[in-house]
Amino acid sequence: MVNEEAVFFSRILTELTLSVHIIFATIGVGVPLIIMIAQWVGIKKQDEHYILLARRWTRGFIITVAVGVVTGTAIGLQLSLLWPNFMELAGNVIALPLFMETFAFFFEAIFLGIYLYTWDRFENQRKHLLLLLPVAIGASFSAIFITIVNAFMNAPQGFDIVEGELVNIQPLLAMFNPAMPTKVAHVLTTAYMTSAFVLASIAAFRMLKGSKHEYHKKALFLTMKLGLVFSLASAIIGDFSGKYLAEYQPEKLAAAEWHFDTKSEAPLVLYGVLSEEEVKYSLNIPYALSILAFGFPSAEVIGLDQIPEDEIPPLYIHYLFDLMITIGILLTILSGVYLLAIWKKWNFILTKWFRWMVVLGGPLAMIAIEVGWWFTEVGRQPWILYQLLRTNDAATTTQHVDKMLYAFSGLYVVLTISSIIVLSQMFRKNTVEQELSDRALEKAGGSV
Amino acid sequence: MTLQVIGISVLWLFLFGYVIVASIDFGAGFFNAYSTLTRKQHILTKLIQRYLSPVWEVTNVFLVFFFVGMIGFFPKTAFYYGTTLLIPVSLAIILIAIRGSYYAFATYGKGQKNTYTMLYGLTGLFIPASLSIVLTISEGGFVTMKSSGPILNYVDLFTSPLTWSIVILSLSAVLYISAVFLTWYAYYAQDHKATELFRRYALVSALPTIVTASGIIIELRSHNSIHFENLLDLWWIFGLSFFLFIGTVILLWKRKAFGLAFGLLVGQFFLAFLGYGVSHYPYLMYPYLTMYDSFTNDTMAIALIIAFVAGLGLLIPSLYLLLKLFLFNKEYVQGKGNNHV
Repeated sequence: MVNEEAVFFSRILTELTLSVHIIFATIGVGVPLIIMIAQWVGIKKQDEHYILLARRWTRGFIITVAVGVVTGTAIGLQLSLLWPNFMELAGNVIALPLFMETFAFFFEAIFLGIYLYTWDRFENQRKHLLLLLPVAIGASFSAIFITIVNAFMNAPQGFDIVEGELVNIQPLLAMFNPAMPTKVAHVLTTAYMTSAFVLASIAAFRMLKGSKHEYHKKALFLTMKLGLVFSLASAIIGDFSGKYLAEYQPEKLAAAEWHFDTKSEAPLVLYGVLSEEEVKYSLNIPYALSILAFGFPSAEVIGLDQIPEDEIPPLYIHYLFDLMITIGILLTILSGVYLLAIWKKWNFILTKWFRWMVVLGGPLAMIAIEVGWWFTEVGRQPWILYQLLRTNDAATTTQHVDKMLYAFSGLYVVLTISSIIVLSQMFRKNTVEQELSDRALEKAGGSV
Repeated sequence: MTLQVIGISVLWLFLFGYVIVASIDFGAGFFNAYSTLTRKQHILTKLIQRYLSPVWEVTNVFLVFFFVGMIGFFPKTAFYYGTTLLIPVSLAIILIAIRGSYYAFATYGKGQKNTYTMLYGLTGLFIPASLSIVLTISEGGFVTMKSSGPILNYVDLFTSPLTWSIVILSLSAVLYISAVFLTWYAYYAQDHKATELFRRYALVSALPTIVTASGIIIELRSHNSIHFENLLDLWWIFGLSFFLFIGTVILLWKRKAFGLAFGLLVGQFFLAFLGYGVSHYPYLMYPYLTMYDSFTNDTMAIALIIAFVAGLGLLIPSLYLLLKLFLFNKEYVQGKGNNHV
């Protein structure tokens, strides 16, 4: 028996929790790697500024980790509270990566604590680098394991169903499902990319606010370089993801591209508005969809006409897909132009308007993360387990989900606003200039 | 030993770990708030902060580990407990979220110290209360099966003396465990004022802990006679646990060997926890769910156990390093030098 109201509110609550969580989770995955790189550059170049970068980023990072941990705990429990039938079924097949994710998280938590509280205890900066290694590894591995779970939902395998019973379960086969390589790679590279642009936007903002310190220039250069590398990687892996969809989940690609009729030499529909089965104001690029899907222009791409009516995902995912791709391309160009300008010594990158573009880069990257996830999740509807279990049949049957939605909405508003206030207070008063002179004093005066 | 028993033992061990570390954490938050009200904050706050800061995140992982492992080994619990626990567990999540994030906001940012101290202290008491509901429900009698699925009867739950006894036990045990640990920690830091204060808190909370614990055993006789019979069969475990309790109290009273006192306390709770768990066998929720009919397939169970052993190989040395650097580092505990990022 399906409780329609509970299904509706469970979907909204899950979406809300995940949308809040991925903001902090993305930073949680990407930033430790960048902190580690800064620490490493600092040691290699014997440059105190990079070490200070690592230190200051870490301080902000703790705040995001805290919110990431608590929202992560929330979604972890909500999976069982809101989708008990799904968890009961999936638990039999996919519990292994879920379990391993907590180990990765545990590992990261321990070393983050150690890293935070051993500053100045070890003279040797290399020891700090060594402590950062498990933090970065733990962060990336928890993303890998949890993305494997999500990949399984898109491409369930590793078991047989005989008369309604799950048999012949192969946990490793379930983990290494066809969706896993592209998903994991895309999640990692975009998390690194987004973190790089978020940190770049902080540096650019400080420079706009009048700080002329070398520190910010170094921060901007480092993060833009990393931003370019990771956005190129994201684009390449994004292309593989498209090819995956064409092969394994054609209805998601067809819905995202408003590709209604199955045909070869399919054009790519960019932007546009859909009103009653008619696409208006769109840009059509000939052959591009066939190339995106299979790598050659004459390939036949399955359209929505081949998909049963009740298995077509909502068509608005086209807007999400376009927005994600557009932001990705813009950011690649932004970081590419910046580095080219540095190399050619063009001065326009010192102008206000260019810096404002860099400031916008961070939030834009985060928006791309959000819409990318909405696209992949909504594009899987009506399934929670692709072609196995419908979302409607997986939700809880209990009452009061609506009230929990209101309570959690309140919580997330408070958490988000508080973390913004705390983060801005943390850095506004304690500027780089201030901190550098404090540290110089401390060193001159010996140990305090 | 069957796979089921291995599975439940692993989870039980982690739940026990969570009970100890979370009690210290929740209790510390409460004592911190209480000492602010009674204007003794200057004695306790620094000490508590020094203990909590490097480990606050680790505490939470024990809980995550437990519920993820539970779904892994016993997927049917998702159906029974997931459906019935929507409200109490959601409340616990919200409290944990407020508590965890405001801790970081206040410690690392420049948060509102006093509001935060109160929030932190109070939420710390409501979390064990809302989580202990799970223990009450597992005794049976509060859930009815309908065609749509299990339904929790809130009126029965909140009018039952068993519920309230378990809530009171969880609260007093939290304060007791925390106070004994902090007495030892303060003594180790050579902070005599704090040692005295925590010692007093420990002795005050010892009595309600042991009284409610015994009371619950008696209440079970009418509520769940199968469980009660099983408890009686294990009387010697609870007897041993009681002796350890007496040992802790005597040591605290005589101001001797605080480290040993804490060790005895861990032993006391370990035995009581073990006795409670063994007597619950094989039920996960009376009378609908046993650990046999909810167990996952053998392949997954073996995979999980392998992952668990490999994971422990990674965790134990890391935890050891954490303890060595902070808990067992005199310089750090006594607050010499500021090593904070």
